[in-house]
Amino acid sequence: MNAFAPGLPAGAGISPSISVEGVTVRYASGVTAVTDASFSLGAGTICALVGINGSGKSTLFKTLMGFLKPARGRVAIAGLPVRQALKRGLVAYVPQAEEVDWTFPVLVEDVVMMGRYGHMGFLRLARQVDRDAVKQALARVNMLDFRKRQIGELSGGQRKRVFLARALAQGGQVILLDEPFTGVDVKTEDAIVALMRELRAEGRLMLVSTHNLGSIPEFCDQVVLINRTVLAAGPTETTFTQANLQRAFGGALRHFRLGGAALHDDKDERRVTVITDDERPLVLYGERDRETLASGGKENGNGGNGDKDAGVKGGTP
Amino acid sequence: MIELLLEPFGYQYMIRAIWVSALVGGVCAFLSCFLMLKGWSLMGDALAHAIVPGVALAYLLKVPYAAGAFFSGLLAALAMALVRVRTQLREDAVIGIVFTTFFAVGLLIVSINPTSVNVQSIVLGNILGISDEDVVQVAIIAAVSLVVLVARWRDLMLVFFDENQARSVGLSPTRLKILFFMLLSACTVAALQTVGAVLVIAMVITPGATAYLLSDRFGRLIWIAVGLGVVTSAAGAYASYFLDGSTGGLIVVFQTVLFLLAFVFAPKHGRLAAARAARAVSEPAP
Repeated sequence: MNAFAPGLPAGAGISPSISVEGVTVRYASGVTAVTDASFSLGAGTICALVGINGSGKSTLFKTLMGFLKPARGRVAIAGLPVRQALKRGLVAYVPQAEEVDWTFPVLVEDVVMMGRYGHMGFLRLARQVDRDAVKQALARVNMLDFRKRQIGELSGGQRKRVFLARALAQGGQVILLDEPFTGVDVKTEDAIVALMRELRAEGRLMLVSTHNLGSIPEFCDQVVLINRTVLAAGPTETTFTQANLQRAFGGALRHFRLGGAALHDDKDERRVTVITDDERPLVLYGERDRETLASGGKENGNGGNGDKDAGVKGGTP
Repeated sequence: MIELLLEPFGYQYMIRAIWVSALVGGVCAFLSCFLMLKGWSLMGDALAHAIVPGVALAYLLKVPYAAGAFFSGLLAALAMALVRVRTQLREDAVIGIVFTTFFAVGLLIVSINPTSVNVQSIVLGNILGISDEDVVQVAIIAAVSLVVLVARWRDLMLVFFDENQARSVGLSPTRLKILFFMLLSACTVAALQTVGAVLVIAMVITPGATAYLLSDRFGRLIWIAVGLGVVTSAAGAYASYFLDGSTGGLIVVFQTVLFLLAFVFAPKHGRLAAARAARAVSEPAP
């Protein structure tokens, strides 16, 4: 929708993309947070960024935001150097809840208006087109009724939606979301995912850092697994595998496996594997090394077929 | 009665003290809106003390005192930034070390050259005895700062609220923060003349803190704070004529009284409102 909405920036014709090539990032303290990381993403994508805490997810975000400059390698957004992409308002950022000062004296609509700064003149005076964009963005996340509230008076899910609205009002073609599902109820999570799907259909590119492993196959078409470097990157079906997850998380994941006598009385070889990084777990089902996603069935055609295959094979040992 | 109340306006030095105080009070109040939101309140105090050696040296070298003050304030800010980045020390410890060091150096300079400057006028301020030259300096500093703040407050607000977002709309948080600290140093210098180094901190915190209790919108908060700053500063200078008391002391007392009133009576964030809200929760309407 909104093909000519005021929320879209002048650069709306630009096809969003992220290209990270051999990037090494070092902090002033001398610590190298990310070494030789490479991946690339194109328009109309939701990509999950997955890794343990301290794996370099936030470093990567900061590099994409131009906060950190890579010591080696190249980052390009929509084919432009990061700084230029930022100048053109192509990159929008949805922060983690902990990064925001909720006592700051701003109303919901003031926060969303901050997304419009790149479109305003030197004095940042809001014009009608800016006010319309703010209203539209708030309506889209269903927060219009809350626009006169101070941000600290909102619930966790509402707060998230305000910052999503800001990214929309900004018209960012590349949207970085840092842990968008933390502290959010299931209903809001579904609403956010639905909105992200719409944005993907509009051709935007979203990079989502999340610990919510279980829902990744439901809405992410690409996955980047990271641990100090990019371990694997590619389509969810081929990249988001148990083997890759084990490489990314090592022993840091909670891992439950139920099979054999714990699950059946007969000789059925199938087993259930639950992998969780504290939030929604990833559940796999099937024979050893042939396990497929158990939760993907309703959303994901491949997952559904996989289940069936596993079932058939498991039944005829 | 009216004649008595108008009496201060018969004196050139009183009129000057009132408008200079009001101007300085207004700019400091503007800055206070930002300072108190970042937990940087003590920064203002630190800068005010850090300025003393600059002023002392400027008098010694016969250069405009504002230049010396500004330079040493900036030096202190840089020293604080450096110590903070290079050590694991907490901010309050860093501020404490740097500003006491600067203040000590200032006192040392003054004590070695007793004739160079009147310490008391730095520490306590002396708006009633301000020289023409100093009035020009203070007025220029305050007016320029005010213009810059009016033009850039929205950008500063965004940087103070959310640096990442500031970056993503193409602003440079580092540059804007440097701008802010330059303004803060400049205005601290200006306020030095009115209320002195010790009470500057009140000028750059109290109006913002009071306004914070009265509004949830940053734009309105600035208006309220600047209004409070201007009125209390002018009133303080005016009242000092009758009470024959310290102008700085009166200004800060007025500001504190208004803060206390807001603390108790503010419509949404005051104690009475909080008590009402608590009662409404514990005794739901039948």
